[in-house]
Amino acid sequence: MSDERDIVLDNVSKFYGDVLGINRVTLSIPPGITSLVGPNGSGKTTLMNLLTGLLQPTHGSLRVLGISPDRPERLFRKVGYCTQYDAFPAGLNGYQFIYSFLRIHALDHATARQKTLDALERVGMLDAADRRVAAYSKGMRQRVKLAQAIAHEPQVLVLDEPLNGLDPMARAEVIELFERLAESGLHVIISSHILHEVDLISDRVILLNEGYVVAEGDIRQVRSEIQSHPLQILIRCDKPAALAARIISQDHVVEVRMHEDRQGLLVSSRDAERFYRAMNEVVLDEDIRVEAVTPADEDVYAVYQYLIGTPRREAS
Amino acid sequence: MSELGRLPWGEWRRQALAVFRLEIKKNFLGRRALLLYVLLVLPLLPLGLWTLVSLFEELPGEVKEFGAAQMFATAVFELAIVRFLLYIGSVWIFMNLFRGEMLDRSLHYYFLAPIRREVLLVAKFISGWFAGSVLFGLLTVVCFLMVQVSFGLTEAQRYLLEGPGLGHLLSYLGITTLACFGYGAVFLLFGLYFRNPVVPAVVIWGWEALNPILPAALKKLSVIHYLMSLRPVEPAAGPFAILANPTSPWLAVPGLLIVSALLLAVASTRVRRLEIHYTSD
Repeated sequence: MSDERDIVLDNVSKFYGDVLGINRVTLSIPPGITSLVGPNGSGKTTLMNLLTGLLQPTHGSLRVLGISPDRPERLFRKVGYCTQYDAFPAGLNGYQFIYSFLRIHALDHATARQKTLDALERVGMLDAADRRVAAYSKGMRQRVKLAQAIAHEPQVLVLDEPLNGLDPMARAEVIELFERLAESGLHVIISSHILHEVDLISDRVILLNEGYVVAEGDIRQVRSEIQSHPLQILIRCDKPAALAARIISQDHVVEVRMHEDRQGLLVSSRDAERFYRAMNEVVLDEDIRVEAVTPADEDVYAVYQYLIGTPRREAS
Repeated sequence: MSELGRLPWGEWRRQALAVFRLEIKKNFLGRRALLLYVLLVLPLLPLGLWTLVSLFEELPGEVKEFGAAQMFATAVFELAIVRFLLYIGSVWIFMNLFRGEMLDRSLHYYFLAPIRREVLLVAKFISGWFAGSVLFGLLTVVCFLMVQVSFGLTEAQRYLLEGPGLGHLLSYLGITTLACFGYGAVFLLFGLYFRNPVVPAVVIWGWEALNPILPAALKKLSVIHYLMSLRPVEPAAGPFAILANPTSPWLAVPGLLIVSALLLAVASTRVRRLEIHYTSD
């Protein structure tokens, strides 16, 4: 039953001749926003193209809501894919680009027209609808591709670098749109280099490196599984020295560093749960006024850094 | 209800029409149409000049002898139109249907729609066939009329309105349409199997060009043999030509259609498995 609701990959590999695309990927992706994160060549686009049938797996099998991706006539009733390919059928304007696509869905003129206008409005492209796509800016092309992907109201949205080329305002709007779509029960699968935005919107992440899934799941859960790097916690309080003196004696605490302004501590601990329990005790015992407790490296950026290496500049 | 009756024919027809509309625009108005228009102009310029000159200057008597216009027309049709212009035009049209869109990275537009790849292939093929037939059909008509007029306006009128001229013209048009269908199926297949379909197209062109001097049995392994079997007027054979009996139209037409359909069936299995990876990530 869950197969019908989820996206399931079972031991999927893809080779381009001798070159590895992805290897032995087994995943089950539930509804919500799932981000694919990894450096260039890690297999993100390969994975997305496999999900949408643009590529066929060399080994293994895939099902998207119970449908095999080699049945495009069924798959794309439920799936919308915003590719990173920036080429468009020549001579079409924004409206025609989406309208013609919906006519290939076998929709009648009136329905296709209405859905086209709705989609363009959702991405803020209604005013530019009668301009040729070839004359669009990078950001506009990105938005019209997004409109194409959502126009037929799919249940699964696959988005390859959808934030590329968008200005900050457009990014915020598009991210809000993703969140609304995910809240309405859609699967939204995003690949992005912009890690802090991935971190903000993702319900779960899939980290890929050199064709392998390095980690997957809720980011906090993934972080907690990285034993080689103790969790760093930033505490802002009025008696940091007292807190430091008590907390350093805990066996799971690796390091305690005083903040420059002497109003806080950076604690490294191998066991977050035990640390939080111990900290609560100390705070009560010493009557410490705590302003803030923030995990300093419980985000995609840190996880990426620990598992893959320092992200490239644009990944930050 | 039979299995065939249960298939969503109505939906497929609507989808094919949507693809057809897009492709027709590309074939007639897109960048890819430029070469086709150049090909159309190529014979029209010299032939137009020849016609103009002939209207004002008396042609030598031996040229104007009875039947010379028909011989000239069939030679222009075979050598200039079918063997050269239509051949190149068909390579261009049908090669671009899939391979061209892989090169300009726009094929995924269709591959992301809920359309059976076989339906897509048929719709694209029909659009190419339609475009080729219209463009080269027009060329056939214009060239035919020019040739006839160049041999005398009165004779041309008599030949077309009172003689077999109109029938001959319809035959040429039929051959043009059939040529677009046959060559179209071949080049569509090449476009799916070869990274550079021009290479096998040149090889086939060479084979077709050798057709007049091939032994009778080998002649039959070509498209041109069946097309030329349908000519209403037999031109003079060259000095090295090996003669072979033309194939009956009752065999040539369905034969070409069946072979083309088989090629399209092979192409559809290929397109079903076709992958898109313009770039690696």
